[in-house]
Amino acid sequence: MREIEVKEIQEIVRDCCSGIAFEYPDDVMAKLVTYAEKEDKPRAKQALALLMENAELARTKRLPICQDTGMAVVWLTIGQDVHFTGGSIKDAVNKGVEEAYQGSYLRNSVVSDPVFERKNTLTNTPAVIYTEIVEGDQVVIECAAKGFGSENCSRIKMCKPAEGVEGVRDFILETVKLAGPNACPPMVVGVGVGGTMDYAAYLAKRALVRPLDSENENEQYRQLERECLEQINQLNIGPMGLKGRTTALKVNIEWFPTHIAGMPVAVNINCHVTRHKKVVL
Amino acid sequence: MKKIQLPLTMEDRRSLRAGEQVLLSGVIYTARDAAHKRMKELLDAGAPLPFDLKDQIIYYVGPTQTPPGMTFGSAGPTTATRMDVYTPQLLDLGLAGMIGKGKRSDAVKQAIIRNQAVYFAAVGGAGALLGLRVKKAETIAFEDLQSEAIRRLEVEDFPVFVCFDSQGNDLYAEDFE
Repeated sequence: MREIEVKEIQEIVRDCCSGIAFEYPDDVMAKLVTYAEKEDKPRAKQALALLMENAELARTKRLPICQDTGMAVVWLTIGQDVHFTGGSIKDAVNKGVEEAYQGSYLRNSVVSDPVFERKNTLTNTPAVIYTEIVEGDQVVIECAAKGFGSENCSRIKMCKPAEGVEGVRDFILETVKLAGPNACPPMVVGVGVGGTMDYAAYLAKRALVRPLDSENENEQYRQLERECLEQINQLNIGPMGLKGRTTALKVNIEWFPTHIAGMPVAVNINCHVTRHKKVVL
Repeated sequence: MKKIQLPLTMEDRRSLRAGEQVLLSGVIYTARDAAHKRMKELLDAGAPLPFDLKDQIIYYVGPTQTPPGMTFGSAGPTTATRMDVYTPQLLDLGLAGMIGKGKRSDAVKQAIIRNQAVYFAAVGGAGALLGLRVKKAETIAFEDLQSEAIRRLEVEDFPVFVCFDSQGNDLYAEDFE
């Protein structure tokens, strides 16, 4: 049995949430640079140049890349031989988020109640927390800070099995088209297929934290990721909807077995910032 | 690149064309979801707004907290679409333009043409760069709304693209090149 103080988790969450507000993850920046080099439409080039300049200013002046510093989403993958000590793990995560958002002067974007009161909690908590129990004695902490310009453009559809791969592809493309300039393209497209309605949405969110330089291990899904990306970048939406080839940086698809009667497809859109960080403890 | 000194004159409003990149300098006012809702409530009650809309520009933004020693926080545009329901009335009251990102409704587009106004798009996610172009910031209303309060900003060379112009040209239209 390995003992881990929850305070340690709190500090990791704090440092992750703070760090990703100011600096692009390496995988996202590498994609941006690659696409900026390939882009040939003048307005799109201008917009990408502004994004590059912005990234540099954010890093050096310690101002967040984007003012929507997001709602924190935290995954804890916990080895079953781990015992947490020193308090509640959930409280520790939320405390870490609060410390990051207050200590680094990020934006508090969370309201207490979605429908009625909508009062700012002034701590940017609660975070959305997912836990999974696995074998072993490690803890993997993954943090994302999800902006809502793109989150609002996300969709889910319970496709019929007969719609096949075309149905999946059409729904992904339709979602990107509807999102257009609102989602702050160049976007990252996370797709979850299979499972149940809620699990497909969960997988779509997981797809967004998979590194952008990775591809699906399954040949058919890998092909689908590539095809969708190619077709999205022919839509001529471009950075910020200013037209151009650079509409998406990557399509990541995650899948899971499903019911004989169904084919859930969830598309979770992320903006070009796509803040994510993973720490193994 | 074209530079424009605010307030936006009628001549500027008529000459700007969708697709153009311009640098704005002068005063703009911030307002997003919650501030628009409050302004609507004031108008419904026949009360005056926190600032005179005439020839002014509203920037749809909810900045981060201002770090110590800085003038302003990170401050990129938020999605304009959510303000569509409030915008035509404000344009009819003299508002000259808006800065945001994303699509506008037909009602907003018609109000832009009717009032010879302009909708500008700023680069979403360029919050640090845009925040640093703010040279002075002052909260003038609804302080309790925190990030969503109305602020009077003085900006210098604030980069935007003309997205929907007074003649009805739309940068986001599928056939626009």
